[in-house]
Amino acid sequence: MRKLRAIILLASLPVMLAQAEPKLVPDVSQREIEIRYSFTGAELLLFGAILYPGGRIPTGQADIAVVVKGPTEPIVVREKQKVAGIWMNVESARFRSAPAFYAVASSRPLAELIDERMASIYELGLGNLQLSPGTGAPVDVQQRFEAGLLDLRRRSALYVENPKGVEISEGVLYRARVRIPARVPVGTYTAETFLIQDGRVVAGEVREIKIHKLGFERFVAMAAERWSLAYGMVAVAISILLGWGGSAIYRRR
Amino acid sequence: MDIYLPIAGLSVNALTIIAIGGLVGLLTGMLGVGGGFLTTPILIFYGIPPAVAVASATTQITGTSVSAVLAHRRRKGVDYRMGAVIIAGGLVGSLVGGGLFRLLQQGGQIDTVIALLYVILLGSVGLLMAKESAAALGIVKLPEARKAARRHNPLIAMLPMRWRFYRSGLYISPLAPLLLGFVTGMLTVLLGVGGGFIVVPAMIYLLGMSAQVVVGTSLLQILFVTAATTLVHATTTKSVDIVLAILLLLGSVIGAQVGARLTQSVKPELLRLFLAIVVLAVAFRMALGLGWRPEEIYTVQYL
Repeated sequence: MRKLRAIILLASLPVMLAQAEPKLVPDVSQREIEIRYSFTGAELLLFGAILYPGGRIPTGQADIAVVVKGPTEPIVVREKQKVAGIWMNVESARFRSAPAFYAVASSRPLAELIDERMASIYELGLGNLQLSPGTGAPVDVQQRFEAGLLDLRRRSALYVENPKGVEISEGVLYRARVRIPARVPVGTYTAETFLIQDGRVVAGEVREIKIHKLGFERFVAMAAERWSLAYGMVAVAISILLGWGGSAIYRRR
Repeated sequence: MDIYLPIAGLSVNALTIIAIGGLVGLLTGMLGVGGGFLTTPILIFYGIPPAVAVASATTQITGTSVSAVLAHRRRKGVDYRMGAVIIAGGLVGSLVGGGLFRLLQQGGQIDTVIALLYVILLGSVGLLMAKESAAALGIVKLPEARKAARRHNPLIAMLPMRWRFYRSGLYISPLAPLLLGFVTGMLTVLLGVGGGFIVVPAMIYLLGMSAQVVVGTSLLQILFVTAATTLVHATTTKSVDIVLAILLLLGSVIGAQVGARLTQSVKPELLRLFLAIVVLAVAFRMALGLGWRPEEIYTVQYL
């Protein structure tokens, strides 16, 4: 329901903004991120300009929030409990659409920019992610798993909230840095930029970023997936050759 | 020197992985064990996903066992008939193990089962070895309990359809080694170990095989079963990381040769005591991991 409302609002945004509202001209430093043999993560620079009608910068404060979001995927979150002295997975909860990566940066803390309702419409902030939990579990259990998931991914830098991550200079130029860690899945990511004024989102733009494996890494991952038997046989052959070759070299000395 | 592992999906320091392989290879060369029981836990501690660690360690063991099998073959230390029977059991075991692995993975219990099996197996084998080698070194005195040595377990003598295994000097039913192979094959898939630490004692104490073919035959079985297990993992769990396996092999091939040279200057009982301590240390660390409150209560599994 919330999602539907968000779509309607986003779709009607241009109509609502028709009367001389400011426009955003966003860009990202990289439209494609390539995972190669020595990939240890990447740093994205999101930057752009705010175009005010007539070039007049308003006196009221305008703020920017940027969101970089990875592809959503269905997941199971498992919770360990102590059973007979051993910590093991006991309970679990499903989430149908957890983003693999989510980073939000803003020029001021989100709570100061926008109220809860608007924040949840635009999925601004970690607390407002639409994870679509699987039905059945009581609300408090769901919330416990959701908190566990957020905490886990925040500490592995997959979910990031940076309340002072956007710099605005001269009231018109903005930029933000978002760090993409090495452990992100491949896929199409989105970089959304929102211009926020008086608790309202007055302009929003989306850019796509593609993250993919390249060259050898891509070939290996694809081979393992598509030609798994041949891949396994090659792995065995390589290990036999290396083992045999190693001892042959040493014996000759 | 960071290298991205395409299947594990993360970057590791290549030199660290080669060093791990080298350390394990050193043990292989010195003690004649495959070292899978060390590689897998170390990789898991390092942060490699358990499934990838198990599968890739298996691939590595294939490589390290090749040269050892060749060496034993030259010394006529391999009973091929016995080997074939155990391998047949092992192949079936690895297929069943593959199904079990999948099932446990879906149920979210694979990590716990891997750790529990490690603690139980390594703990008991380590204790036995420590006792035996300490007695051999004269550190402790075992009560003299030498009865008239029986060739093999009476249960095994009861099994029907006896075959002759000339090199092992045995006339027993092939069902016993078949079952032994089956259990080891399952363990290979589940734990990423060659299973030498189970097979060798079982061959000596349960089957009563003659000592000079035990290690060679066990290595032959390890070679074939780990190769089959790599295929099982590649097709079912899809978690064989070829880059990780190659890095481990680079280290272990060199380590094994260095280790083999070192052995000649050290007492074998001392080596066995050292191995027992290493095995017990790994078991203890695994047990701690089970009983201690884990750092992460929550884990994520992709559907």
